[in-house]
Amino acid sequence: MKALLLIAIAVAVFAAVPLVVHSNVVLNFLVVTLMIALAGQGWNILGGYGGQYSFGHAAFFGTGAYVTAILQVEYGVNAWIGFAAGIVAGAAVGAIIGGLAFRAGLRSSYFALVTLAFAEVLRILASVAPITGAGVGLLVKLDLRAQSFQFQSRAIFYYVILALVAVSLVIAQLLERSRFGTWLIAVRENEDAAMALGVDAFAVKLGAMVLSAAVTAAAGCFYVQYFLFIDSGIAYGTWISIEALLTPIIGGVGTVFGALVGALVVKSLGEGAKLVTGDVPGLDLMIYGAVLIVVIRFAPRGLVGAFTDARERLARRFAAPRPPVREAVRG
Amino acid sequence: MLSPLILISVVLNGLLTGAVYALVALGLTLIYGVLHIINFAHGALLSAALFAAFFAYQKLGLDPYVAAFLLAPAFFAFGYALQRFIIGPASHGDDRNMLLITLGLAVFIENALLYAFHADTRTIDLAYGFKSIDFGFTFLAVPRVISFAAVFFVALALWLIMALTDTGKAIRAVAKEKLGAELAGIDVAHIYAMTFGLGTACVAVAACLLIPTYYANPRAGNAFVLVAFTVVVLGGMGSVPGALIGGLVIGVVESLAGFYFGESLGQVGIFLIFIVVLLLRPRGLFGASA
Repeated sequence: MKALLLIAIAVAVFAAVPLVVHSNVVLNFLVVTLMIALAGQGWNILGGYGGQYSFGHAAFFGTGAYVTAILQVEYGVNAWIGFAAGIVAGAAVGAIIGGLAFRAGLRSSYFALVTLAFAEVLRILASVAPITGAGVGLLVKLDLRAQSFQFQSRAIFYYVILALVAVSLVIAQLLERSRFGTWLIAVRENEDAAMALGVDAFAVKLGAMVLSAAVTAAAGCFYVQYFLFIDSGIAYGTWISIEALLTPIIGGVGTVFGALVGALVVKSLGEGAKLVTGDVPGLDLMIYGAVLIVVIRFAPRGLVGAFTDARERLARRFAAPRPPVREAVRG
Repeated sequence: MLSPLILISVVLNGLLTGAVYALVALGLTLIYGVLHIINFAHGALLSAALFAAFFAYQKLGLDPYVAAFLLAPAFFAFGYALQRFIIGPASHGDDRNMLLITLGLAVFIENALLYAFHADTRTIDLAYGFKSIDFGFTFLAVPRVISFAAVFFVALALWLIMALTDTGKAIRAVAKEKLGAELAGIDVAHIYAMTFGLGTACVAVAACLLIPTYYANPRAGNAFVLVAFTVVVLGGMGSVPGALIGGLVIGVVESLAGFYFGESLGQVGIFLIFIVVLLLRPRGLFGASA
């Protein structure tokens, strides 16, 4: 209950921002940050709780984005239905890639490689196929009405993405509490041991992959509605694969708030660097790479992990000695 | 009907390209064989080496083939330092962390290059850059023939290092049984770094062989490394002969697929091979067992 309250407080704080800040620049920054947090939370479900590090989450982001765009542009389908279809399509791609990779027993380096390869294949195919607009990309027609999932005011977009992020936070929280989540964490900690205890590792990993893909695909669907444009380099580019894994790792892998905290930190650093030096290509990603290394070196459980560690250390110092609860649960 | 001579020339060109793939893959497979991780920074290191070879020619007037003898040791030292002082300490002995660190390095190096040199493509003009040898039925570019020969020279040199030197023996020992090697008094962190250095040196040589006919650009290395991943997977992770043969096979496949279906689908062909091999036979076709 306490955790859900924490989520409610965090969401309430975010929800209050447009009431105070009216700057479009700030709102735009927050919308993009939340979108990356959503994509990152998708990665976190599979990578953080399941220990399967995907280097190709662009496959899901891009599929969600393209399905949303293609259904509207080519088939005149309503945007909301397109949005839902995009999520379903992303989950389906997750099921296919996950089914193949986990059936083949790919782990660690191999899993990272095969996910990367699938994303690249999709990128190349999307850059030549006519239905994706090939090299030109797809433009969604401007139609600023709620039934087209387009809004005049950025604040509404902001509330939409905030709602999606809130759902993803609740999903992670339920995962931590559920039997399925416990199985998933068991697989992460020691797959063979988990299987010996009767956990169907294949089914658990596949389930996590589908859920993970659906959440990241939702970020892709949102991207299309927000920017009304998609091409193969954006949809299936390595940038989104990297940002999706970067945010939870920096924020804290396998924690409810990791991806959100990570996205805020990463995007602030990126924007901060741009303010200092102007918009020089490469600088923001250069900083992301460096931050990734520094965080793994000095805070391998991310900022949230470092924070909880520090708090426990303080609590231990000031309060009466008590058994270290978290370690007991983990061990 | 196509003349078989055209086909032969397509295959020959594929073999020449494949030799460079093999060299890049050699570095990857060496690192995988010992550290058991895929070095995702390999492509970025190749881009960096291409820039180094470019500037060695532009600023110092060094012929790329001469520069190779300077850049190989320099990149060896760079790779050694990366593993010893960054990747090793930062990964806390966890494979997943090591993967992420190499990815972080890749992102950092690639974008540092982009930041410093922008996205421009740079080429060098050499007197022999466009010379070719006439075989009667086909022409083969001189620099590509030289690089083909050089790759086998490098592979031989690597093999000699592994077979004859103490360091080579230690590397093989660590690859086989890390704990046992450690107990026998081998400094594993040092051997890891030596291996990473050797793999990085391969990339430097590959860059010097490539630059006469290729270009330097912050993302130039990526194309090769995605292919090199395929080569390594095809040849069997950690297998040196596998990398050589795999490189040549992939070069020919790409050349043929490009010839029949056009450039970009030729690339898809490589990825499909890659995925199929990964899924069906992750030990690779030449199956050096893990």
